[in-house]
Amino acid sequence: MSELLPPAPPRWRHLLPYVGIAAVVGALGGAFAWTAGWLTPQRVTAPRLVDTIENGKPFVGFRRAHARGVCVAGYFEPTAAGAALSKARVFSQARTPARGRMSIGGGDPNGPEAMARVRSLALQLDTDDGQQWRMAMNSFPFFAVSTPQAFAEQILASRPDPATGKPDPAKQQAFAQRHPEVLDFMAWAQSAPWSTSYASTAYHGVHAFRFSNEAGESRWVRWSFVPQSPFEPMEVEQRQAAEASYLADELAARLAQGPVRWTLSVQLAEEGDPIENPSQPWPEERRRVDAGTFVLERATAEADGDCRDINFDPTILPTGIAPSRDPVLAARAAAYSVSFNRRQREVARQETP
Amino acid sequence: MARTHFTRTARWLHWSMAAMILAMLFIGAAMVASLELRPLLLEIHRPLGLLILLLALLRLRHRRRNPPPALPADLPRLQARIAGASHVALYALMFAMPLLGWAMSSAGGYLVTLPFGLVLPPLAPQDAALYTLLRGAHGVLGYAFFALVLAHIAGALHHAWVRRDGVFQAMAGPGPAPATRDADRD
Repeated sequence: MSELLPPAPPRWRHLLPYVGIAAVVGALGGAFAWTAGWLTPQRVTAPRLVDTIENGKPFVGFRRAHARGVCVAGYFEPTAAGAALSKARVFSQARTPARGRMSIGGGDPNGPEAMARVRSLALQLDTDDGQQWRMAMNSFPFFAVSTPQAFAEQILASRPDPATGKPDPAKQQAFAQRHPEVLDFMAWAQSAPWSTSYASTAYHGVHAFRFSNEAGESRWVRWSFVPQSPFEPMEVEQRQAAEASYLADELAARLAQGPVRWTLSVQLAEEGDPIENPSQPWPEERRRVDAGTFVLERATAEADGDCRDINFDPTILPTGIAPSRDPVLAARAAAYSVSFNRRQREVARQETP
Repeated sequence: MARTHFTRTARWLHWSMAAMILAMLFIGAAMVASLELRPLLLEIHRPLGLLILLLALLRLRHRRRNPPPALPADLPRLQARIAGASHVALYALMFAMPLLGWAMSSAGGYLVTLPFGLVLPPLAPQDAALYTLLRGAHGVLGYAFFALVLAHIAGALHHAWVRRDGVFQAMAGPGPAPATRDADRD
């Protein structure tokens, strides 16, 4: 039909069509730039949160948080009660191999282990149906704040003042006023007893997840790994006198005597319990179900271990377990991915001569 | 008689994939930025990427059997060349992006999980250097893909609004045309 068109009119006649094209392309490009966070430098994106954690001084090749740790391995054995809660294969398979990592909080890969308030256990369970469950658990029973934005704010407020070398009390106070839930966490950090071992520490999943069973019933749960090793307190003098690698050494010595165990204790939510707020624990009297046992058999240094290249993203879940819409849980997935990409790039560079 | 429009199948593939690819590029950009949406978006990103890969295979096969209508004879040669090259690049990216995404996941030690508990087999061995290379390529080519899509839209609108040469109509479809125009169709 083009032969029916009149001869092309002068160029200025096309001004409107060109403006239209520019508007369409500009609107799409602008929407994309906004989505990517390029137009909103104040918005806390995943890369910016990790930048805040790094504070311009990343430890190259290490995790941006929980940098110091050891690789661990063992297996998980479920109970029938676990299978009644979730149809995940991990609760019906007799034994599931587990790889993981025990670590201390903080970004310093050389930090003294005994002095760390936060200890953690990360696990990856690979079942024979080809599915996977990754967990990232901590010794704190609830998170310090309820949103990732508040977490970023907290990091900034707790940064050492260059003048004094200590965090600015005024900034910390202002932060606590804006996010009073942090007071509960501070109380925990002050009063919770310190144990002498990774093995006698409890690790908490903190976030809520949805367990669904074969019958199609589903419920909100939180879980903890409760140590079967007896608790022994570690006083402040002992902690200060301990070697930097105290926890890893103690674990290796203990494992030489035999495996150590934790019970997977699943707490069931009731109507009205907060699902999306990790800073609010559920009432103590909520029913708990022993869903299985984690048996830890071996520990190896991270440098030669097989856990270094695993991103323990707690939203990697098998069928039968689903994430809640807890924004801190989602932010873990986002920030861990950024941290993983950065350190894998650094590891790749270090390994290429 | 020479074809003036893409076939109905080609148009259906084009417009549905256009929506999917554009959505996919926005999902990708949001996934790496957003603190709250990553798990949800990733759950859409992976099966949608696989669907685009399968549709791209169908589309290439269909295109080989049903060549597109020729460009207008009066189109400047350089423009025709740019159009040709950009279409090759668009097709290449439709294949490369899902395959890179799948391979980089494997190299990063991630399972590519799909709805209903399906898991794709790994496409590459787990390796930090390989992961870094593939992850970088997936990101850079994603931005290149978006730039190319913008150029494609600008080009299409140029045909539609400035040249009015029937190139846009060839893909937009004959529309609710009077019956007499059926003679134009093959």
